[in-house]
Amino acid sequence: MATIHVDGKEYEVDGADNLLQACLSLGLDVPYFCWHPALGSVGACRQCAVKQYKDADDTRGRLVMSCMAPASDGAYISIEDEEAKAFRENVVEWLMSNHPHDCPVCEEGGNCHLQDMTVMTGHNSRRYRFAKRTHENQELGPFVSHEMNRCIACYRCTRYYKDYADGTDFGVYGANNNVYFGRPESGTLESEFAGNLVEVCPTGVFTDKTHTERYNRKWDMQFAPSICQQCSVGCNISPGERYGEVRRIENRYNGDVNHYFLCDRGRFGYGYTNLETRPKQPFTYQGEEQVTLNTEQAVQSASDIIKGSTRVIGIGSPRASLESNFALRKLVGADNFFTGIEAGEQQRLERMLQVLKTSGVYTPTLREIEKYDAVIILGEDITQTAARVALSVRQAVKGKAREMAAVQSVAEWQIAAIQNIGQHAKYPIFTTHTDRTRLDDVTAWHYSAPAADQARLGFAIAHAIDSSAPAVADLNDELQKKADFIASALKQSRKPLIISGSQAGEITLIDAAANIAKALKSQGVDEVGLTLVAREVNSMGLAMLGGKSLDEALSAISDGADTAIVLENDLYQRMSAQRVDQALDQLKHLIVVDHQYSATSKKAELVLSAGSFAEADGTVVNLEGRAQRFFQVYDPSYYKPGTLVFAAWRWLYLVNSAKNAHSSDAGTLDQLIAALASEMPQLAGIVGAAPNADFRIHGQKMARSPHRYSGRTAMRANISVHEPRQPQDQDSPFAFSMEGNNNPKADRNEVAFAWAPGWNSPQAWNKFQDEVGGHLRNGDPGVRLIETSNQGEYFAEIPASFVATEGQWQVAANYRLFGSDELSQRSAVIQERAGQQTVTIHPADAKTLGVNEHAMVSFAWGGQQWQLPLSFSDHISVGTIGLPLGTNGLPASLAGQMIDNLQEGHA
Amino acid sequence: MSLSINKTAESHPLTWCLREDEQPVWLDEYRRKEGYVGVEKALAMHPDEVVSLVKDAGLRGRGGAGFPTGLKWSLMPKDESMNIRYMICNADEMEPGTYKDRLLMEQMPHLLVEGMIIAAHAIKAYRGYIFLRGEYVEAAENLRKAIEEAKLAGLLGKDILGSGKDFELFVHTGAGRYICGEETALINSLEGRRANPRSKPPFPAVSGAWGKPTCVNNVESICNVPSILNRGVDWYKGLTTNGSSDCGTKLMGFSGRVNNPGLWELPMGTTAREILENYAGGMQEGLDLKTWQPGGAGTDFLLPEHLDLPMDFEHIQKAGSRLGTALAMAVDHKINMVSLVRNLEEFFARESCGWCTPCRDGLPWSVKILRAIEHGEGQPGDIETLEQLCRSLAPGHTFCAHAPGAVEPLQSAIKYFRKEFEAGISGQANNLREIRGIQPNQQ
Repeated sequence: MATIHVDGKEYEVDGADNLLQACLSLGLDVPYFCWHPALGSVGACRQCAVKQYKDADDTRGRLVMSCMAPASDGAYISIEDEEAKAFRENVVEWLMSNHPHDCPVCEEGGNCHLQDMTVMTGHNSRRYRFAKRTHENQELGPFVSHEMNRCIACYRCTRYYKDYADGTDFGVYGANNNVYFGRPESGTLESEFAGNLVEVCPTGVFTDKTHTERYNRKWDMQFAPSICQQCSVGCNISPGERYGEVRRIENRYNGDVNHYFLCDRGRFGYGYTNLETRPKQPFTYQGEEQVTLNTEQAVQSASDIIKGSTRVIGIGSPRASLESNFALRKLVGADNFFTGIEAGEQQRLERMLQVLKTSGVYTPTLREIEKYDAVIILGEDITQTAARVALSVRQAVKGKAREMAAVQSVAEWQIAAIQNIGQHAKYPIFTTHTDRTRLDDVTAWHYSAPAADQARLGFAIAHAIDSSAPAVADLNDELQKKADFIASALKQSRKPLIISGSQAGEITLIDAAANIAKALKSQGVDEVGLTLVAREVNSMGLAMLGGKSLDEALSAISDGADTAIVLENDLYQRMSAQRVDQALDQLKHLIVVDHQYSATSKKAELVLSAGSFAEADGTVVNLEGRAQRFFQVYDPSYYKPGTLVFAAWRWLYLVNSAKNAHSSDAGTLDQLIAALASEMPQLAGIVGAAPNADFRIHGQKMARSPHRYSGRTAMRANISVHEPRQPQDQDSPFAFSMEGNNNPKADRNEVAFAWAPGWNSPQAWNKFQDEVGGHLRNGDPGVRLIETSNQGEYFAEIPASFVATEGQWQVAANYRLFGSDELSQRSAVIQERAGQQTVTIHPADAKTLGVNEHAMVSFAWGGQQWQLPLSFSDHISVGTIGLPLGTNGLPASLAGQMIDNLQEGHA
Repeated sequence: MSLSINKTAESHPLTWCLREDEQPVWLDEYRRKEGYVGVEKALAMHPDEVVSLVKDAGLRGRGGAGFPTGLKWSLMPKDESMNIRYMICNADEMEPGTYKDRLLMEQMPHLLVEGMIIAAHAIKAYRGYIFLRGEYVEAAENLRKAIEEAKLAGLLGKDILGSGKDFELFVHTGAGRYICGEETALINSLEGRRANPRSKPPFPAVSGAWGKPTCVNNVESICNVPSILNRGVDWYKGLTTNGSSDCGTKLMGFSGRVNNPGLWELPMGTTAREILENYAGGMQEGLDLKTWQPGGAGTDFLLPEHLDLPMDFEHIQKAGSRLGTALAMAVDHKINMVSLVRNLEEFFARESCGWCTPCRDGLPWSVKILRAIEHGEGQPGDIETLEQLCRSLAPGHTFCAHAPGAVEPLQSAIKYFRKEFEAGISGQANNLREIRGIQPNQQ
């Protein structure tokens, strides 16, 4: 701690900070541009100048850049000093000399750090009267728009894109006041994290292109605290809605999880929730004709089907909330509840849960991953399967430079100095995969091999660390040497992190990862971390909830279950069409509760129109076992009367009420959570994941919209000129509309949108944090459900090495960030970004087959045929085939299966 | 180069062995003229002794800032484990009107090589780079040849002259940015990055090229070192004249419309008048000296009344300018100060690296105002805006010294010749539509 004096007042601050961080953390407003809590200080923009005095007696002082001056004990500074104020006003005047002043047509307007800072400095009249420098813009792909004339050259974009996210196709070009920030030429930004430019840029150079077509001001949107549904990481997001559509996703700060950044799948993949093809009313069929139902009819119809059935099974979903899965389980009974996850994945998830519970190894938060000093990743290309984790791992690797700089007493915020000292030094990271991975550029060593061989290497590493861990027989010398090398690197590190997951389709990889972690722990390396990546937003939640696999559900149908209720799950994404068809065709009744019109929905007799994450509340559990609540953003029926979209759990609750009590009790979220907590002690913690519906600030609910929200009385005028009462939210502490509390200083941790007086841009988050870039003042939202205990033994089932069979190819799972996720793949921009997917084989296999690269090849499996272009990889093993699972209807259960009919052209 | 002066090793340590035919002095001739004696003496000494010697000699950096060379060397880390160190020569001579390093490198390449070896020994560097202005093609050729000669003679490479000292030396030619003369921008450029200056601390002595301890010295500074080793501290201090507190000799010159523009090695403290009148032959026929810059484009203008000042760091600074490179420029009475300063500011604005706001956006604004004034289209308030720019682009307000240097001629031109600026103010702030390039955004 240090005592600093600001404008005559004494404050206690963290002496390791710089003065800007210290002042902002104290709640004092100092304008800034080039500094960013996640990017450190470089002193480029000169906006944060303050007057610093030698001591209490010094009256003259000198201007310093507060971002570049340490908050050392006994520092005397003045923010209000006239010279400092005049200089800061000058800086904005200079920045604006080439800025086009196009706020009225700029998408950043009302969400703009440049506007906020300009107002803060008081610069309000223009003296510069000459021509402005102009630039040409670039086409940067489907996600991000580019308008360089607005650039104030703060350099944040290039520092984020190149230095933080390790992107290579973006930079700064030119010199003097003709500096240009962009790609060498037009083209889609290659980084999976390019969307963060939208929030990193303090002005409107980079804006969200998906928002452009349906643009509105930030203050005209309705927001809610939400959780990204597109993978198992559980990033916190703030979706914004207007006119009944989600119009963009902003990052929602969570100091434990994603802090300032999202991946592009999460930020831009929301289009599926706006699809016209979504069922917006329940419907059934009379003959061939689709008939829409009202709520009572739909509920009655479901209830009648259930009553008339001999056995009703419920097929849940890892992309549905705990509440919805639990409501289904209540409706059909525990014995008839199935998770909807295919058996192999279910087994892997159960193993992951077992490891998390009993390995005695800590699972770090996303934020904590950034502090590990050696990483081994077994089997997962995490940039594709849990992208935000990859961004954190990239920061961990850079810890080496921070360590080298710390030796020279260079502060953590002195990022330029750290980079100069560290140069290209990295902490070691080792990866294994069936092919190359997107982390190749930072890995110390990468091993491409079939999954079983990757697992064998993992077991060998564990054995090399602790000889009491099971040994691997017949490992070749070269691989043994590598295992020894990696083992010693991990042992020498202070904080090694082991990452694996379910998506390689090989359970022994999880075992091997657990063994390595355990072995390190046994050798006295205390701060071992273990991160296991699951596939979907609530995979871990469903593993904790329990239930039998999808395979068993299909068997139950063969064994006589005549009715199935499928919850938010397209079974065709998981298992072969043949098997799913076979089972569904045996059913008398199929009820689907979903917000998408999927292949499974098409088979349904009754479809109950569920809400997506934007229209429903619920709780999901991420890969670390953190339960997080997402809140309904808007009520679609407000804009389109007749729309009957409810949270899936509400439909199921209504059906249950009708079935059991002949009542129309719709229940509340809190009731359901209370029931869940009491029946499922392992999930009891979710009650604390977020405040309940009774939470109030000074007697007020929290507002979903900024208080400048406009057009409310007009937006429904096409339906009626009488404005109805705003929808009432019984389930959450949020009010639809701007009526309610949005005070950043209030005691709350669920924040719908970042806004504070004078701070309209995402930089407003610093008003909600305990210290800038730290944690939310009232704690980061969410609650961790799993506490590990040291009971587990080493796993000893070591797989045999893969042996290629002529004419057969083992499927290697090549998940794709853009395209593999069942929901976001329905979004047009994700399809555009994903482009054409390919199958990958080794050139030697291609030679045997007599096919050329880029040729169309076809294969059949499980009653389905695929035709895709071919690409080569020297890294994939002979006898294996890399398939982009999840895309093109390639089901997850293909992983590890054998394809025996690969050929050129049509099958 | 005036050849009428009788030059000796004692009086003209930098230039005494230059050839009359202006051809380079190669190794054999250089060795005959006391060449590499300094290296031999230095290698026999402990590096710290060499540092002390140069410190005691009072050698101040000849690149313009005048930072004591020995002191700079002594800032290198004492920690012996930091054993990868670089010695860099700043030969990116780009200051408008400055041409002193060029002479030394073209005609006396071995003097720089010798100085580099001694400096490398002093700071325990195993590798050195001469960061040379790209346009100095002849200097590059001669330096490279000199390095080859020195290598063959065992003066560079492994185990120099059997001393156990290793040092390899490379010439790196720049790609043409003025800012590369700023030592940290030079280091970035050498590393292959954008030539933006780095923030300090950490200083290059701790974390320089490729993050390793690095020392950057100007060509002329390094060329002073061999004779200090050779002849000692007392001799070096005694070279000074007119009671100057600075030591040694300095390459000084005068350009502009003088009769004999040129470059001479003179004792520190020689008056500007002596250089202008005795060496440069005074102003050309019919021209009066109006003002002069003592040491490069980035130094404040001085008046004729300042001509009797001794040319050294202290006296020139007291008069409100800087000695800079000590290559003065005479401005005659026919030159309009607004045009002159506009030309200078165009250069500085163009050469801004674009990193910090005041420099990147402030300097171009000053250029645009100066152009307007030059065309008689200045508006009331323009001079005040220029003055405010000069104040706010002060040292410490900007990221490096580029912008503060850039506004030095502007602020002194306004100070001494305000009337010339006022003459360009039309006083018609409302008549903007007729003014070329000015947008009618005020009514």
